[in-house]
Amino acid sequence: MAGTITLGHGSGGKLSRELIENSFLPRLRSPELARLNDAAAITVSDDNLAVSTDSFVVTPLVFPGSDIGRLAVYGTVNDLAMLTARALCLSAAFIVEEGFAVETLEQIAESMAAASHEVGVPIVAADTKVVERGSADGLFINTTGIGAIQRTPPPSADRAQVGDKIILSGTVADHGIAVLMARNQFPFRADIASDCAPLWRLVETMLSTGAELHALRDPTRGGLATVLNEIAGAANVAITVEEAAVPVAEPVRGACEMLGLDPLYIANEGKLVAVVAPDGADRLVAAMREHERGREARVIGEVTGEHPKGRVTVTTRIGGSRILDLLVGEQLPRIC
Amino acid sequence: MAAALVERIAAVAQRPVRLMEVCGTHTMSLFQHGIRGLLPDTIRLLSGPGCPVCVTPRAEVDAAIALACSDDVTLVTFGDMMGVPGSDTSLAAQRGEGRCIEVVYSPTDALDIARRETGRQVVFFAVGFETTVPSVASTIIDAAEGGVTNFSVLSAHKVIPPALRALLSAGDVRIDGFICPGHVSVIIGSQPYEFIPEQYGVACVITGFEPLDILHSVLLLAEMVSAGDARVEIGYTRVVKPEGNPVAQERMARVFDPTDAEWRGLGWIESSGLAIKDEFEAQDASRRFAPLIAEVKERSAAVSDPPGCICGEVLRGTRGPLDCPHFGRSCTPMAPVGPCMVSSEGTCAAFYRYGGAPDRS
Repeated sequence: MAGTITLGHGSGGKLSRELIENSFLPRLRSPELARLNDAAAITVSDDNLAVSTDSFVVTPLVFPGSDIGRLAVYGTVNDLAMLTARALCLSAAFIVEEGFAVETLEQIAESMAAASHEVGVPIVAADTKVVERGSADGLFINTTGIGAIQRTPPPSADRAQVGDKIILSGTVADHGIAVLMARNQFPFRADIASDCAPLWRLVETMLSTGAELHALRDPTRGGLATVLNEIAGAANVAITVEEAAVPVAEPVRGACEMLGLDPLYIANEGKLVAVVAPDGADRLVAAMREHERGREARVIGEVTGEHPKGRVTVTTRIGGSRILDLLVGEQLPRIC
Repeated sequence: MAAALVERIAAVAQRPVRLMEVCGTHTMSLFQHGIRGLLPDTIRLLSGPGCPVCVTPRAEVDAAIALACSDDVTLVTFGDMMGVPGSDTSLAAQRGEGRCIEVVYSPTDALDIARRETGRQVVFFAVGFETTVPSVASTIIDAAEGGVTNFSVLSAHKVIPPALRALLSAGDVRIDGFICPGHVSVIIGSQPYEFIPEQYGVACVITGFEPLDILHSVLLLAEMVSAGDARVEIGYTRVVKPEGNPVAQERMARVFDPTDAEWRGLGWIESSGLAIKDEFEAQDASRRFAPLIAEVKERSAAVSDPPGCICGEVLRGTRGPLDCPHFGRSCTPMAPVGPCMVSSEGTCAAFYRYGGAPDRS
């Protein structure tokens, strides 16, 4: 491991993975943590609980479609939902830079309260720290959530099986591009907003179909490509994806082309990927499309028995094929 | 439609046809769309020196790094150059150590930085082929006319046609046709390539970047080679005109003079680089920081390339990434030995990312 932390270590790609595997996991020695799912399952008395934590360092703090506060609430609620856990409560910790405007902090708190109210998940614990000017960039927020798992055993990346279908709930790259555009002055304008949204109700709808859900992930940092690679790696399977099946909104596609970015690697904050036994795929997609958060849901690929295992392959629009690997380093820093 | 084109290509290309592309975006497009796997075996695709990041000599990277390490300099660059290894470090590593290095998408952003950071020297590390040059030229003119005295440009620009001539004259790889760069040609037009069929009997098609553009160009080239009828064709008619973009050409000529330049892997090529004219010497970082740059380049010359690194041959198309002992083992995008692996348009990076890495389980 290199001696200093670089931006690449925070990207969600290979360097992040190395940092986790070399610096954190061996010291923390936690089997549940080592499964590297979005939330951890714990048992307290008769309930199976899930715990998830996430820190939010997005810049700018406010961007089309959302803000750091709302993101901090939905982000953790969604991570819990990926284990079929209905969020029960959240904690929120704030690290504020000296000189930050109180009014802005209050606006963000309002936004968090509104989001918390919308999803019915109270913020029951909080903490605030202030650091000297220059020691943080404005505001960082951490939220930790506890949820009650609804399906046991819960979905887990390592449960993906050969023959499973892969379902994506909607368009990709909206969030990352919206933040990037809010951050920079590009010589073009586009009507792009973050897809930041809570996913619990969609997951509930999915559970009600009875389809056999093997894995559920929300493709945040590192995007769809990263999640698919993590699933393929954890389950030791191969995955194929149809490029033409992955929905990308036109303005987002245009922005990605102009900036040389691949939408498959860009963060989403209101989408999920489901790996489901094949006999349940069609009814799952139909049920998702009935829900406002799943209108564009569709099958985008499947789990195969090909070799090498752990590889994700994309069938291109013209029928060719290419490997979809994990990113190296950082494509877009601080988008969530 | 792609399938129909592939079928026609297979029908026309009865004997091996060796086509070289000289544009990093084409290198990537071929992989991204899986075109390589669709073409018949008779079509051999070679990757040439089409990545401006890859052909920037190590000494120039060292010069940029040295400037970045100067106390009052803010070094501004396109993102691609950040990870390129110099003789002992890189811009990305130096940024990690706290040096003032900023990444921009456009040279005008660099001038904005200079206007904001009036207490610092802002140097823009200008790497790129003809596509990028006109906007850098405009920025230099704006700086001069706007009286921005703390801004200068370190030009590592190169132009394509002399490199094509050098490749053909060297003769160490047989080329039947060139897939010519689409965006470079928007600027320069088709005329600069005429010497290629005329003097070397090699076919040229100026090509766009969509998968159908590329397949169509491969078909045109295969037809020309099969008929023994080498000429220059514009495949990318949507945006390329035979005369190119005269305004952009005028802008380039106003600010830059051709100069001999060193290309990594190809050596010195006459008139293949661009140096800032005397009229704009105040915006020329190579003059403003001449002593430092000379000292750095002398030190760089004493450092040899990493043993076993065959970036030079990869850039000339004589060998491929899979022939390199480092590829995928000691040379990966996370820890690159040579520039072909770290550039987002490098041949080795394309092979590694999209399909050719050995044993990556």
